[in-house]
Amino acid sequence: MNETAGFTAQDSATRISVGDAITPEDLRSSGAATDEETARYALILGDDSLMLAQRLGHWISRAPELEEDIALGNIALDLLGHARFFLTYAGTAWGKTEDDLAYFRDEDEFRSARLVEQDNGDFAKTIARQLIFSFYSHELYSRLVDSADETLAAVADKALKEVAYHQDHSAQWLLRLAGGTEESHQRMQAGLEAVWAYVDELFYDAEPTPKLAEAGIAVLPSTLREPVMSRLTQSIEQAGLSIPEVKGAFGADRSGRFSEQRGFILAEMQVLARQHPGATW
Amino acid sequence: MTAAMTTAEDIRLSPDGVRPTEPRDAAVWDLAAQVNDPEIPVLSIADLGILRAAAATGDGGGVVLITPTYSGCPAMDTITEDVRTALQQGGYDPVRVQTVLKPAWTTDWMTDEGKTKLREYGITPPSGTAPVRNGPVSVGLSVKCPRCNSLDTRELARFGSTACKALYQCRACLEPFDYFKVL
Repeated sequence: MNETAGFTAQDSATRISVGDAITPEDLRSSGAATDEETARYALILGDDSLMLAQRLGHWISRAPELEEDIALGNIALDLLGHARFFLTYAGTAWGKTEDDLAYFRDEDEFRSARLVEQDNGDFAKTIARQLIFSFYSHELYSRLVDSADETLAAVADKALKEVAYHQDHSAQWLLRLAGGTEESHQRMQAGLEAVWAYVDELFYDAEPTPKLAEAGIAVLPSTLREPVMSRLTQSIEQAGLSIPEVKGAFGADRSGRFSEQRGFILAEMQVLARQHPGATW
Repeated sequence: MTAAMTTAEDIRLSPDGVRPTEPRDAAVWDLAAQVNDPEIPVLSIADLGILRAAAATGDGGGVVLITPTYSGCPAMDTITEDVRTALQQGGYDPVRVQTVLKPAWTTDWMTDEGKTKLREYGITPPSGTAPVRNGPVSVGLSVKCPRCNSLDTRELARFGSTACKALYQCRACLEPFDYFKVL
């Protein structure tokens, strides 16, 4: 059995309980500190998961049924777990903690795709967003498990199994809503239309991914387009819905320059940590 | 390097989930194995397969490797602290509790004893084994009601009270119950 990338739990700036967060020092002592470029890549992965987790958390107590409160909450928790690992790992390159990166970066420093930042809309729009992101991340992680970077491969190995459940969740709701009433069918189609313009950005080869992909560390997003789109197309058509004919949104480069939503998400997510730095509860 | 000189930093353990054969390492394992899962208090972290490795260090300390069931599992913090406390009370200092992600946790690591305890507690243990990555899709086996043992049950919600459980209902006795889903 090979040696493994390890994390040790210790104190954190915003700890919930004693020994909550993983610190960069722990990662470094386990020999898992990374370089600038891999860190920037890990940030892309982590920011997607973090933003979507924050969005999904809003559904708790507001979903159409209690089971969905719990399902979406659980999915958000998984995503938050992925984000923590990626952000912690990225932070090792800069001597920053996961909390530094989540709470003390500004809008233009996040690398998330706009798809995950879109507002929840109605339940069908959230399912449309889930469908696209879970299919995308399943394909991504199924390749990242073979990364030459041991830590990224380990996080992907863990995430892959969880994302398989997320995929199943959204695919089943797609079928139920599409085949439910006329109203649910129409709303599911409208949900897809609402988020479709942001699909393309997921496949944008943002820096420094191409170089890292060549080194076998990263997965080149553009290579995910074909398999993800063909699976999405199949699922959507099987559900009796149609692929939206929507032009891709302008500025699909993960810079967030054209994302109206990002600032609002951050305002809510970061306010406590910024108003009360070092707060514990 | 002799064993007497090793500290936690020097030790590289293989997270294979097997109780060490060396008595001084096994003693650390046994202390850690007494820690129960905070969400399912009848199961120890050894029963669940969360405990992956343990060793005594040459400087009087102990090292324990654990792995999360789910990436976002909030119980990991409590488990980490409980393991630390158990070792400290056993006289080990310094104590290092390290989380490893690979190989990823699977319900296949749950011990038979753990499955029996889980059933007695009212939670149906995972039926069947986890699918091998990129392998054939595993066949969904019937989920047995932990109360009346009927196989006539249905899934109410795939996501249950904690990340690792789904909510089921028995059609025979009509009772709802938790099912520890295969991962």
